[in-house]
Amino acid sequence: MLRIVTAVVARDLRLAMRRQADIVSALFFFIIVVSLFPLGIGPEPDLLRKLAPGVLWVAALLATMLSLPRLFADDHRDGTLEQLALAPHPLGLVVTGKVIAHWLVSGLPLAVLAPVLGLQFDLSTEALVVLTASILIGTPALSGIGGIGAALTLGLRGGGVLLSLLVLPLYIPVLIFGAGAVDATVSGLGGEAHLSLLAALTLAALGFAPWAAAAALRIALE
Amino acid sequence: MTDRFNIYRYAAPSAFYPLAGAMVPWFAAAAVLFGLAGLWLGMLVAPTDFQQGEGYRIIFIHVPASWMSMFIYLVMAFWAAIGLAFNTRLSGMMAQALAPTGALMAFLSLWTGALWGKPMWGTWWVWDARLTSELILLFLYIGYMALVAAIDDPRRADKAGGLLLLVGVVNIPIIYFSVKWWNTLHQGASVSLTKSPSMAATMLWGMLLMALCFWMYSIAVALIRVRTIMLERERNTDWVRETLEGDGK
Amino acid sequence: MLEADNLECVRGERRLFAGVGFRLEGGELLYLQGRNGAGKTSLLRMLIGLLPPEAGEIRWRGVPIRQAGDDFRAELCYLGHLNAIKEELTPLENLLAAARLADEELSEDEVLDALEQVGLAGREDLACKYLSQGQKRRVALARLVKERRPLWVLDEPFVALDVAAVDWLAGLISAHLQRGGLAVMTTHQAVAIPAGTVRELRLS
Repeated sequence: MLRIVTAVVARDLRLAMRRQADIVSALFFFIIVVSLFPLGIGPEPDLLRKLAPGVLWVAALLATMLSLPRLFADDHRDGTLEQLALAPHPLGLVVTGKVIAHWLVSGLPLAVLAPVLGLQFDLSTEALVVLTASILIGTPALSGIGGIGAALTLGLRGGGVLLSLLVLPLYIPVLIFGAGAVDATVSGLGGEAHLSLLAALTLAALGFAPWAAAAALRIALE
Repeated sequence: MTDRFNIYRYAAPSAFYPLAGAMVPWFAAAAVLFGLAGLWLGMLVAPTDFQQGEGYRIIFIHVPASWMSMFIYLVMAFWAAIGLAFNTRLSGMMAQALAPTGALMAFLSLWTGALWGKPMWGTWWVWDARLTSELILLFLYIGYMALVAAIDDPRRADKAGGLLLLVGVVNIPIIYFSVKWWNTLHQGASVSLTKSPSMAATMLWGMLLMALCFWMYSIAVALIRVRTIMLERERNTDWVRETLEGDGK
Repeated sequence: MLEADNLECVRGERRLFAGVGFRLEGGELLYLQGRNGAGKTSLLRMLIGLLPPEAGEIRWRGVPIRQAGDDFRAELCYLGHLNAIKEELTPLENLLAAARLADEELSEDEVLDALEQVGLAGREDLACKYLSQGQKRRVALARLVKERRPLWVLDEPFVALDVAAVDWLAGLISAHLQRGGLAVMTTHQAVAIPAGTVRELRLS
């Protein structure tokens, strides 16, 4: 069981490494969106500190959306997806592997960048730590839930826009608990409760979402 | 699968079409009756609220619309589950026929909420947990309709839409809980729409009658819509040709 | 071993075929024929379990393939229109990855040997995007060289191949049949495959 997951992760990571431009552009998108906010609302440190968690988290959602359409589309176009669906093990495991690989190249780099961008918003060290932790814990849920949307919109006209329409409302709990963790830390309440709820969301998403996405893929392959 | 389901699949639309047609006038009439009774109770009989004046009467639309918007999503998810489990064609059509009405109810609930909010709180929109959840529900309806509209093959549309509905119905409690949590943390809007002081019996009756009216309306409209969907999808079958020829005479 | 009963296929609004059935035993080859759009590819996709038939049933070793699930897929090899190879990976990486994902034991030497047979010796470390269409097809066909699963389902395997390659592939399929395997394929070219029993099914 674990072998197939690692095989998919290894293959997708190798492919991503041959196509680094995609990863880098999603990261720059994240950086640019976050940097636009101070220009739009003014440089007052108090205001920025207050907005930082929400801004960083919304930008993280959008950056994740950028790479989602390709989660299955490339494999679909060249026929690999059919072969994966015909392999003698549950398709949900294959999707789990793809979701993990997606997180490694999209969510993880966001978590690495987040503290640097948080500095632009004058966040305290404590808040930066919680921000990084929340993005680290929350983004796997984004990849998982996003996988369902990517599978449902596979091969459709205007798939990318449709995908955001389907997936962004489902991201709301992650956004609330992710940004809330940092907020709570800043206001002195402590972000542990938020972080544990976020972790629960991620576990649930990683447990269930790949199977829903696998069902959606079978529908798309008919 | 088995033969029983095949027979069911083929027989259902042709058998359901006339049945639905016969039911529509009854539900429509019931909607009108309940609506008139509800409006009479709500607008004329129910006492003026001593705090909110006459403006509060919008809840006779607002509350039933909110109930309906949530209930219709559940019904759609129910049809989706049936459709995915037994591969019945009718279920996907029912879910699709209900979606616009559900979205309309969610929109109506938001709109009347805004109309109510303006005189009450002096603002069109408050980030109240219920209003926010209702807005997200509207997004879910729109997402469903957009997905179904984007898929050309009707059967794939049914299945994909059904799966999305099931994912949505699992997520709604999580979303509602998270929005509520978020709302209590940011104590900006402490006024809740449902915090009305001890509801008078006539108000309750008015609201129930209006809810029944909306219920009957939704069923009637969904049946009309499902009949149209059936004709469109099965236009190459014999029963549709016969039905249409019969109507033309 | 492979039986299909009374299959019906509806795509969109059109009924492509109905009442299609056949039986195929070990060592037998089934040619699917029919004009474009008759539903050959749809039938193949039904046989591999990707497309649920509108009516009818497909059984492998007596068990409906829906129920058999992974047990059926473990004995199936499908080669579609699309090559299912990654442009960014080299032929060697492609075949190794495909084997791992399909749960097959395949060593690097075996893959190199297969690539040599399809005439790609010396290209095994070149990313597939630098290969020609015909060469990419050969990479996909190289999967068949070491393939020992009993049921092969091949969609237009001879397309984009030169004469020598067609002969080579015909030999490969015939060896598979002699080992007691089954094959179902569509083709527009008349290719003589020296095998025991060749059945034909015409979709109209």
